[in-house]
Amino acid sequence: METNTTCPYCGVGCGVVAQHDAGRGDTLAGVTGDKTHPANEGRLCVKGSALAQTLGHEGRLTHPRIDGVTVSWETALSAVASRLGSIRAQHGGGAIAGYLSGQLLTEDYYIANKFFKGFVGTPHVDTNSRLCMASAVAGYKRAFGADAVPCCYEDLETAELVVLTGSNLAWNHPVLYQRLRAAKSRNPLMRIVVIDPRVTDTCELADLFLQIAPGSDIALFNGLLSYMAGKGRLDRDFIEHHTEGFDDALAAAQQEVPDIATAAERCGVDAERLETFYYWFATQLHVVTLYSQGINQSSGGTDRVNAIINAHLAGGSIGLPGAGPFSITGQPNAMGGREVGGLANQLAAHMDYHTPGALDRVTRFWTTPNLVPALPDGPGHKALALVEAIERGEVQALWIMATNPLVSLPDANRVRAAIQKCPLVIVSDCVARNDTLAYADIVLPASGWAEKDGTVTNSERRISRQRGILPPPGEARHDWWIIREVARHMGFGEAFDYQGVHEIFDEHARLSGFENDPQATPDTGYRLFDISGLAGMDRARYDALAPIQWPVNADAPRGTARLFERARFMTPNGRARLIAVASSPAIQQPDGEARLVLNTGRIRDQWHTMTRTARAPRLMHHRSEPFIEVHPEDARHASVQNGQIARLHNTLGEYLGRVRVTTAQRRGELFIPIHWNDQFAHQARASALIAAVCDPLSGQPESKQGRVALSPITAQWEACLLLGHDARAPLGESDWWARIPLTHCQRFQMMGEKTPDWMTWCERALGQVPTLWSEDHGRRHFRAACLHKGRVVWWLAVAPVGTLNAMLGDVGWLDDCFALEALESPQRRRLLAGRAASGEDTGATVCSCHQVGEKTIHRAIADGCNSVEALGETLACGTECGSCIPELKQLIAAQHARRDEATEQVSV
Amino acid sequence: MTTVRDPQPDVTPQRVLIIGNGMATQRLLEALVTRPERPPEIHVFGDEGTPAYNRILLSPLLAGEVDEAAIGLRNRDWFEAHNITLHCGRRITAIDRTARQIIDDRDERHGYDHLIIATGSRARLFDLPGAELQSIHGFRTTGDVASLMAAGEHTRRAVVIGGGLLGLEAAEGLRKRGLEVTVVHRGAHLMNRQLDDRAAELLADELQGRGLTLRLERHPVAYESVNGTHVAGVRLDDGEHLEAGLVVVAAGIVPNAEPGFEAGLAGDRAIRVDDTLTTSDASVMALGECCEFERTTFGLVDPIWAQVEVMADRLCGGDRRYALTPSATRLKVSGVELYTFGLLAPEPGDEVLRYLDADHGDYRRLILRNNRLVGAVLYGDTRDGPWYFRQSVDQNDLSPCRDTLLFGATDAIQQLEEAA
Repeated sequence: METNTTCPYCGVGCGVVAQHDAGRGDTLAGVTGDKTHPANEGRLCVKGSALAQTLGHEGRLTHPRIDGVTVSWETALSAVASRLGSIRAQHGGGAIAGYLSGQLLTEDYYIANKFFKGFVGTPHVDTNSRLCMASAVAGYKRAFGADAVPCCYEDLETAELVVLTGSNLAWNHPVLYQRLRAAKSRNPLMRIVVIDPRVTDTCELADLFLQIAPGSDIALFNGLLSYMAGKGRLDRDFIEHHTEGFDDALAAAQQEVPDIATAAERCGVDAERLETFYYWFATQLHVVTLYSQGINQSSGGTDRVNAIINAHLAGGSIGLPGAGPFSITGQPNAMGGREVGGLANQLAAHMDYHTPGALDRVTRFWTTPNLVPALPDGPGHKALALVEAIERGEVQALWIMATNPLVSLPDANRVRAAIQKCPLVIVSDCVARNDTLAYADIVLPASGWAEKDGTVTNSERRISRQRGILPPPGEARHDWWIIREVARHMGFGEAFDYQGVHEIFDEHARLSGFENDPQATPDTGYRLFDISGLAGMDRARYDALAPIQWPVNADAPRGTARLFERARFMTPNGRARLIAVASSPAIQQPDGEARLVLNTGRIRDQWHTMTRTARAPRLMHHRSEPFIEVHPEDARHASVQNGQIARLHNTLGEYLGRVRVTTAQRRGELFIPIHWNDQFAHQARASALIAAVCDPLSGQPESKQGRVALSPITAQWEACLLLGHDARAPLGESDWWARIPLTHCQRFQMMGEKTPDWMTWCERALGQVPTLWSEDHGRRHFRAACLHKGRVVWWLAVAPVGTLNAMLGDVGWLDDCFALEALESPQRRRLLAGRAASGEDTGATVCSCHQVGEKTIHRAIADGCNSVEALGETLACGTECGSCIPELKQLIAAQHARRDEATEQVSV
Repeated sequence: MTTVRDPQPDVTPQRVLIIGNGMATQRLLEALVTRPERPPEIHVFGDEGTPAYNRILLSPLLAGEVDEAAIGLRNRDWFEAHNITLHCGRRITAIDRTARQIIDDRDERHGYDHLIIATGSRARLFDLPGAELQSIHGFRTTGDVASLMAAGEHTRRAVVIGGGLLGLEAAEGLRKRGLEVTVVHRGAHLMNRQLDDRAAELLADELQGRGLTLRLERHPVAYESVNGTHVAGVRLDDGEHLEAGLVVVAAGIVPNAEPGFEAGLAGDRAIRVDDTLTTSDASVMALGECCEFERTTFGLVDPIWAQVEVMADRLCGGDRRYALTPSATRLKVSGVELYTFGLLAPEPGDEVLRYLDADHGDYRRLILRNNRLVGAVLYGDTRDGPWYFRQSVDQNDLSPCRDTLLFGATDAIQQLEEAA
């Protein structure tokens, strides 16, 4: 069977076709790209194509738990309801907070938002989208009056110039990158400019690469605005009729960056290259600037976004095919969260607290015959402020859904301490173990991808169905079901009387159209987000919903590919705003010992905190350990070598990772991945090094610029340990470790300072002495393996630091050995070598002097060696002690007999 | 008649006599008959009744795994065809060097231009009380095998004295015939001339698993008898009495050097030869287990084959010289793979690489000196033995493949290629 659904990873929102077998409820047979989905037209990236391998019930959370004890749903729901209820009764609704996620489906998000804001009565509902695109949202709202992404993916293909800034599209949105590559090959006139402090794989497609200094984005785009004005390349007509604030914005730009020389100096790039970019941008109308976390994750992120939008408004390159400032989200449903209003500064359905009439409108909409919602009257704490409120004791209860903030929030060690202090922590998740679950008082098992049913919205405003295909394992339930049941237990049942997910969607669609009059102004109720055209669908129509871009309403029943085509913006006067912006230095500046600038980001094959991607072994191949990318000069200065484990540290925490010396980094700057956490490595959380400082407008943390010191670690030995899934990992027995899940076992890379006696170590750390072992005492090499009834239990190789790799052989082959019920003798003999025999099978030894095997002899006889002498001549067998000669004679005779037999059969 | 004969090796002797008809002699004949310059007249005298056979196969013969025909090397037709005169069952009692004649046990004299002594060796027997009893045998000849087989008919218990190569092969042969066999060995572990303790332990485990009984660090002090004629048991140094109707003594060999010594040839433990394999008499050569070269005597085939190559060459007018070469040892017990050569114990500064899978019966120990292989013990998986041996003989620097050296030729060669 095949079901069309959507990929749960990045914001591209690709359609996928899930192949499943009705007889198997735990996993899919495979996943391929959906050719009919407009986002990807059949393409898939490596993460998407490995989706089926991330499934299976192992490692899933399957039962509710209270204080570590498995309980029934009824007990769990009652406990959640009564504990939340008593905190609310004692301290008010504002003592309760929700922390949601761009991994939730729109329906989950909608019901959560309604639950917390409407009925618990707390404004403190924020989401991990805060870490991802809050600045993009704030920038759009400042410029357009609404959180409205003007572009669609086709614009990338029809543009004359595509500017990628703060976006490693090749790794983080690979399918868009593929579309861009294909478009460029069709249209040789298309130009692509990549702007990034790092050389990334995206540069491969660039006609021009600007390796700018971190934090010089505003100077770059202000310089562009100055250049456009200076060269007379402004769209005066558009500026005059459809914008406001131009003069101030230009004045600010000219004051900061009057000319190209200043821009080049501020950005740290060659002036001629910079002018090339400026010239291309200024002379083209069909320009798309695509930006992502590199722009957003900054203490000046919102200003950066507006600096970009300013240039588009000044050039009139918006609301046209192939034109516009295009924010690409990181998560699959960050957009859906924005649509329901699931952030602390939003109310619901693109209405903010301060939107005239919004509180009353939403209250009326959510009122039932016997229940009136008690909406808070102003915004709540954004993520970082929420942590502080927990520290202060103002927030007493935190319900975390579908995210892992103990890994992802900046100043992660402080977050841990805060959460530990919080009197009630509820975590809904689909995995049995992650860093956050370890701090939960109540754990609720949620459904995961391939089980969850609902809708998501991608970066081009396209709503797609994500379809529930598999039954959730054990007692796991959908997030909307969990919230509905808690709401019922708290007495809000009437407002949460949904029979199915389609009814939640229907309500969401109706709210988006509720008193939403396109003829009105934003002050009198008009909202751009309007999917009233999708209201009233029954289950069957909801299930059949084809991907569609909002707005979807009476004016646009088939959806809307591009916004602002008539240049009517969502400000009270309908004009887009240019914002006067100037560069402000990052808050985290190199200082004292922490002299290096730290950049953080994603890698190609992992997703977020690896809870899913690490389940697909092939996704661990690309980068399998936490790492530190460093310029050769900085490596030399810090005395760290390529391939070594090194330490980053500052006053907040430390990070250990394997050094990758590369000229892709600018001097003085480092890059580390955001994915690793306590489940996968020792001290490898990037966020532990990032200060909890953020953009004052968007509240988005400054995660792209930390400050750290780099130093080598002193270790004597390095080990690779492969452990069967049922074996206990001896993590305390090393000074550093990283876990790399393989298909049939887990690989641990370990390192330590004190070299133990390895036989004793095995017995102590692994619980068993080796069944087989080898050692080269002089080189301090030790290998061992443990078998139980012929099955591999563990495998170990140890060497002095820096010499381990030569010993490892073929880990894939070793992994396969763990799958075998019992190793055959030849495999067992290859176990410590770590690879299958590459030579041909020679068979049992016949001539022991010359070690000639039976199969080799058979082949020689078949090739015409008909006598012992001939065999001796060819293979040397039987020429030494001669004791195998009787056997050689027998082999010759037996082969002749077989040949004669065959001949007889033929002749008969 | 006295004629001055030219002892120069470049002159092919006309009439060559060979005393002894064992594997070395046969190998020499095989080498000679391929060459046109061979001496035209060759006579071979053997005290056994048959042409030469493969002595290494005595254990399977005893075990009944092969028959006597299978271990024979050449039949009489072959000798006729190659114009070699074979005198079987003819023991040589004396050498008259002055007359250049040998005298057989029928008192017949045979003149030679050139004499080769290849009389081999015999089991070293112990001069213990009761040594004269019947059913105490060595394990060197088909005759010994026949006696052992006959003795096996009237007893169920045997004692083998000696836990070296030969003793273990004999013990396995007897065990396979259904006898209860105890091996008495003076050393702390089996095959202590070739194995380290770890490999010996695996070997002991394997053999005990098959049903052999071992008495290590023991030696016999007396043969005991009930009826005064046949052996009935062995008394050990710790007082233990092992009941046995059959005793095999396989604790070392004694070179059959007496014919040479009695004729006045020089030698210490055996007949001394130089690097042309010539004895102290220029007309007399010696070969194999009955000779000594640079104070070394021989018991394994490899160096003897090297001697054969030199001797055959010289008998055909060549000038090759013999030199001692390292050799590897294999144990010929079916189902037990063992390959060992070189240094038995590391010396200070040597480096040792080890591999052990005790449950599976696999063991390797390599000794390196300056990254060159100087000793190896392989037990279980011995397929790479000859490759290791060649590395050792060639003294190759193995540092580039040291990480994989323990895992054999394929891995090591691959790593060498990667390093190159």
